Amino acid sequence: MNTAVIVFPGSNCDQDVMHAVAGSLGTKVRAVWHKETTLPEDTDFVILPGGFSFGDYLRCGAMAARSPIMKAVAEHGRRGGLLLGICNGFQILTESRLLPGALLPNRTLNFVCRPCFLRVESVSTPFSSLFSKGQVVQFPIAHGDGLYTLPEEELKALEDRGGVVFRYSDSDGLTGDDANPNGSANNIAGIVNERGNILGLMPHPERASEALTGGEDGRVFWQSILESFTKGGR
Amino acid sequence: MTYRVSIFIELQEGVLDIQGKAVERSLAGMGHDALRSVKVGKYIQVWVETGSAEDARKEAERMCDDLLVNSVIEQFRIEVEGE
Repeated sequence: MNTAVIVFPGSNCDQDVMHAVAGSLGTKVRAVWHKETTLPEDTDFVILPGGFSFGDYLRCGAMAARSPIMKAVAEHGRRGGLLLGICNGFQILTESRLLPGALLPNRTLNFVCRPCFLRVESVSTPFSSLFSKGQVVQFPIAHGDGLYTLPEEELKALEDRGGVVFRYSDSDGLTGDDANPNGSANNIAGIVNERGNILGLMPHPERASEALTGGEDGRVFWQSILESFTKGGR
Repeated sequence: MTYRVSIFIELQEGVLDIQGKAVERSLAGMGHDALRSVKVGKYIQVWVETGSAEDARKEAERMCDDLLVNSVIEQFRIEVEGE
């Protein structure tokens, strides 16, 4: 499985995510500058990393979503290729309309940077297949604009089709309002598209991929992706 | 001719305007008793070279659709100088 990490001006998690994927899986990972117009030919998995692309100007992820490489990234997703957006990458995916909804400023207006518990809601995605349904994992969050929103009917449709993969919870898996760090609708932390090959999430699995940085739940996330890819040959 | 186009962007009804709420609370706390509500939006100006004010408006609308406005959460209004 060959991974391409797209680097935008202002990305700051690109090196971390490359380190986490290479360290957890030992597979090939390459950085691709946003001004490129094509992905390396043998790319299987594309990651839009976290950061502050284009300084978060206008709207988070808005300008990155219009970068030259994004046509190739969207095409990769349309073909069913694995595509992941973390934090700013999630914002870029919604701004690109590759995922529904939008990310608004946190309800507290604070930048929130801390470890976070998440309940795994769906294990039928390539990104979560090695977790168990209802399992509580811990990934850190670090964002100012993470309040996930979408019109009520679309929210219902998203929930009905099982599109929510991760939900903010407490350590027992309870998804009360006090476990919601940013005010996201229904405590949503991560969603997948209908086809199941495009995932966006605000928390950072790459920052929970070795004990040294405070947890290893992220390794299972990466391993799920590799196993699904190996089985399904997406 | 170069037209100055003003673009006013605001959150759609029903979308949580957390910045507006924060400003509202601050103003209320300062004693502005007449205050009933605050909305925070964006004001963007663009200068475009077109044959008519109508074309300037169309050009600005395309810019809104392409980048300036996220139609999932925002709505906009355009004013063309001299129109």
